[in-house]
Amino acid sequence: MARMSRLRSPGAIALLVTLGFLAALAVAYVQDSTYWMATLARMAALALSAVSLSFLVGQAGLVSFGHAAPVGIGAYAVLIAGEFGVREVMIVLPLAFAAAALFSALTGAIALRTRGVYFIMITLAFAQMAFYVAASLSAFGGDDGMAIAGRSTFLGERILRRDHGLALLAIGLLGVGLFVLGRVTASKFGLVLRAARDNETRVRALGLATYGHRLAALALAGGVAGLSGALLANQAEFVSPSYMNWHVSGQAIVMVALGGAGHLVGGVIGAVAVTLLDEAIGHYTEYWKLGLGLVVVGAALLRGRGLLRRIVGGQHD
Amino acid sequence: MSAPLIALEGVEAGYGPAQVLFGVSFAVNAGEVVTLMGRNGMGKSTTLRTLFGLLPARAGRILINGADLTGAPPHRIASAGLGYVPEGRQIFPRLTVEENLVATASPGRGHGWTLARVYALFPRLEERRRNMGPELSGGEQQMLAIGRALMTNPDLLVLDEATEGLAPVIRADIWTALAALRAEGLAILVVDKNLEALLRLADRHVVMEAGRVTWTGSTAEVQADPSLITRYLEV
Repeated sequence: MARMSRLRSPGAIALLVTLGFLAALAVAYVQDSTYWMATLARMAALALSAVSLSFLVGQAGLVSFGHAAPVGIGAYAVLIAGEFGVREVMIVLPLAFAAAALFSALTGAIALRTRGVYFIMITLAFAQMAFYVAASLSAFGGDDGMAIAGRSTFLGERILRRDHGLALLAIGLLGVGLFVLGRVTASKFGLVLRAARDNETRVRALGLATYGHRLAALALAGGVAGLSGALLANQAEFVSPSYMNWHVSGQAIVMVALGGAGHLVGGVIGAVAVTLLDEAIGHYTEYWKLGLGLVVVGAALLRGRGLLRRIVGGQHD
Repeated sequence: MSAPLIALEGVEAGYGPAQVLFGVSFAVNAGEVVTLMGRNGMGKSTTLRTLFGLLPARAGRILINGADLTGAPPHRIASAGLGYVPEGRQIFPRLTVEENLVATASPGRGHGWTLARVYALFPRLEERRRNMGPELSGGEQQMLAIGRALMTNPDLLVLDEATEGLAPVIRADIWTALAALRAEGLAILVVDKNLEALLRLADRHVVMEAGRVTWTGSTAEVQADPSLITRYLEV
């Protein structure tokens, strides 16, 4: 029991995930497979986004159907900063975080006045608004999007130019993101979020306003999603409104549901599973989502308990 | 004389078109234990829900420490010094015992409740601190709900159906704990059906009938006039 809970501590989980990704990256590096190094970078970036959504859905009970919006805003932060000649990671990443967090806080301030299905719909609506705003930015590619000026630099060095450099950054951010969100979940703040997820009225009757906690959770998750977007923009070296497409939001929810929303690491598992399915089936047919659909249906039929529970077991959700 | 901890003045409330409370007035003073008695459906739970702002008061005033908090949101009313132990416990099912206690705690005020003191009051909770809510027995859940309310460091503990559905042994534990809280000077407003235990614990009694307060008085007055019990309480 004690050993189990130590393994479940945020630090241990973040470390395990980081080491797992690093091992995969080492293999890809030795094999000199730029394809796998790029895929790992993308996988880690998507996992970071899924972890932040898992924090909202699983811990705070806020099912956002607009998670692609802060991801896209992070990507556009890289594009737009690049157009102004700013490519330094130490500036671009905080910028992406701040812009996405601000968007999430502003839209969340309104969305949090609703609950349940209405919250899902209103977050979707705000994401669609962000999508159309991006599509109208003709100076930055409009509908078609545009290539970023170049990958970000780290303290002036162009270490992200090579795929393993970018993958290292993505894996590092994923590890830090998992650790920080895990610590937040375990903190008093996280307890209030989880208590309010179970019974909001009860939390209020015990003297705590839940609105501020939830708004802060939305902003934090949005900011982390923005980091994910900044990584994806660097990986693809291209940014377009499609980052904010509603089915990207849907796919993020699929990742969280597939991996299991009960724990943040479910987001990583879901993102890895979806990306691998994409790569594996996508080579053979453009209808790879049919395969993904079957997997999701299968997971749901297994009492919706997520892949993690299938693998390691557990007594409660 | 300072203002009472809570005072309801002519409070009316209801659900939709159905009015349940008709001008309910009573007060609880610091350090006092008051019961809310009456048969089922007379408006006791509704009174408590209205007190906590979970149901809007359609008329009348709700004063807490002299401040008018009529219409205030529940979290403001609770943080003004009221600790709620709701009917049916309603603990947070996906939190452990300890997390349930800590999540809504507001440390360092009022009577200075800490985890250690709650565990001293209810040793069973310490044994089960890592268990999840639904793994607890009904009695343990009730202890947890009381502990959770104490951790908000209230001036007044409010219990709705303090021992409903619990085994006799566990009931005795709960009444002992409430007596200990009373001895520490904590004010308590309690709803329950166990008349003997209520008479032993409380200073004053408020009897409700059909949404109105029909009688108030001390424990001595109740004991002096057994007809009160048959008139207002027996089914």
